[in-house]
Amino acid sequence: MFKIFKYSFFDLMRSRWSYVYFLFYLILGFVLLFLNNDVSKAVITLMNVIIILVPLISTIFGIMYYYNSKEFTELLLAQPIRRSSIFMGQFLGVSGSLLLSLVLGLGIPFVSYGLFKSTAIFDFSLLLVVGSFLTIIFTALSFNIAISNENKIKGFGYAVLLWLFMAVIYDGLFLMSLIVFEEYPLDTFSIAATMFNPIDLSRTLILLKLDISALLGYTGAVFKGFFGTNLGLMTSLLLLILWALIPIWRLIIKSQKKDF
Amino acid sequence: MVVTLKHIIFLVCILHWSLGQSETIEVCESCEINSVKDAISRAQATDTILIKKGTYKEFNILVDKPLTLIGEDYPIIDGEDQGEIIRVVSDNVTIDGLFIINVGTSYTSDHAAIRVVRSENYLIQNVVLEKLFFGIYIEKSNNGKIYHNKIIGDAKDEYNSGNGIQLWYSKNVTVDRNIVQGVRDGIYLEFSDEIVINNNISSNNLRYGLHFMFSNDDVYTNNTFENNGAGVAVMFSKRIKMVNNIFRENWGTTAYGMLLKEINDAEIIGNTFEENTIAINIEGSNRITYQKNSFIKNGWAVKVLGACYSNKFEGNNFLYNSFDVSYNSKLNDNVFDGNYWSNYTGYDLDKNGIGDVPYRPVKLFSYVVNRTPETIVLLRSLFMDIIDFSEKVSPVFTPDNLIDANPLMKKVL
Repeated sequence: MFKIFKYSFFDLMRSRWSYVYFLFYLILGFVLLFLNNDVSKAVITLMNVIIILVPLISTIFGIMYYYNSKEFTELLLAQPIRRSSIFMGQFLGVSGSLLLSLVLGLGIPFVSYGLFKSTAIFDFSLLLVVGSFLTIIFTALSFNIAISNENKIKGFGYAVLLWLFMAVIYDGLFLMSLIVFEEYPLDTFSIAATMFNPIDLSRTLILLKLDISALLGYTGAVFKGFFGTNLGLMTSLLLLILWALIPIWRLIIKSQKKDF
Repeated sequence: MVVTLKHIIFLVCILHWSLGQSETIEVCESCEINSVKDAISRAQATDTILIKKGTYKEFNILVDKPLTLIGEDYPIIDGEDQGEIIRVVSDNVTIDGLFIINVGTSYTSDHAAIRVVRSENYLIQNVVLEKLFFGIYIEKSNNGKIYHNKIIGDAKDEYNSGNGIQLWYSKNVTVDRNIVQGVRDGIYLEFSDEIVINNNISSNNLRYGLHFMFSNDDVYTNNTFENNGAGVAVMFSKRIKMVNNIFRENWGTTAYGMLLKEINDAEIIGNTFEENTIAINIEGSNRITYQKNSFIKNGWAVKVLGACYSNKFEGNNFLYNSFDVSYNSKLNDNVFDGNYWSNYTGYDLDKNGIGDVPYRPVKLFSYVVNRTPETIVLLRSLFMDIIDFSEKVSPVFTPDNLIDANPLMKKVL
């Protein structure tokens, strides 16, 4: 598995797209900091970017990589290598290179701007953790889509749809249902609904840090228990880990049963 | 403030000089006079009673002559939860440097550590109060000063706790440099006009840091209100000036930095509101001027709940609040002009420091949250940003004349 991981990783590291992705974050980080002159405001803007762009790029990158290296995968399958290590190696290669671009691309401008001396260090590291989780989750989901769809166009369509659904449509439906059922007690429902979408979950994690004073404005014991204590942070992190593990597990199962 | 102090000193001097024979009576645990009550009964008007270090278990001490009570090294007066401790019913009384503990709790009468009744020209300073019910209670007494006291309560519930400093039907009183913690209302004013409240620190109180009811023409400046149920509640009062105060971390479901209800003609200038759930909550308040205030990282900077007319917001800083302004109606008669908004995304092509595009401080999302509070979990989601944007382009739910036509490009200092 490690050999395949190494191969995928260095293959991607040599490719143009990793550099583009890295440079994008590098420029974004520098521009944000030099235009704003304020680390805490930059963190807010960065949150919006991470929550939307990281899933999109991970999804597209993952699905493209899978389809592009399909012939190579088939060649590997002819060798005496375990299937799980082939797919896990590839998956780790893709997500690893994306993670590296993200962390370095954002880390360098912030560190050079004096992050370690600022109070925003916790907010920033939370952003990086959330970004890493989103990278892993969405790469894994896109691999799942790719392995279930032989047709490239279809797979690509599903992947983009997945992103669109998670990033925009889900929240729309969520809001509609909250307004339609506003007569009913909704606090448990609204927290539960957040859990079923990794993007919402990541957003909640960051909100806990940035907007806690607004979140505590709502009268409700469930909200207060969730947002007012460490319970919110712990549950959200735990569920993010779960969100990462389940698609990876399905990827392994599926790859072992699939007839190539 | 200084004038009043001088005034008092002058008066005291005149009294001393005219009577010419004020004495000092010493009280200590081993002296002939070993209780404050005894000393007061022996004292003549204008005498000074010097209380030495020690513990005096006394309550219902009645000061009925113009005396000066001075404590040396903070003598402890322990009320043993029996009731009221000191009651002043004479003019020109000074109480200085006492440590008063264990005021009795009662559900029928408001026992206070020090109560001043129908008296004038009093001075209460350097007093420390602990384990109290009510702290300093001023009742129908004008022209006094409450200076540099420390009140530390241990209130748990609103129904069986009292206020730190309470002024009732009193005029022209100065409350300066006091520290009030852990009581129901830090400082409470009822029917009290022309009060000056400066440099106090009111924190961790159950209800309000400072509370006005039916009190007019009062001024409070340079105070700090931190982590109270609500920082300051101003209700049913007129012409209050609120200048350079700090309101911090008043968090919770009904927590406000400042709660304004039925307030007219007030001035709110140069205050800092930091990390409150709601920085200012306005209800039925008219003709208020807001200038040079900074709203930093609050949940809601300004929440307007109807019947607020002719208020002016000019030259304020709105920095990183979750919601800048929230309205619950489509009507707007208030003016927002020349403020700095950190959420402003416009540009300034003619470089005059004023953004060329007007700013709309009310987001559609704040309207949605007012209607269905649970939607707060969707804060900062892409979907909300999209519908906020469409509302910004063509307002349907939010007041369409609510704009800041001259948003500043740089912070107001």
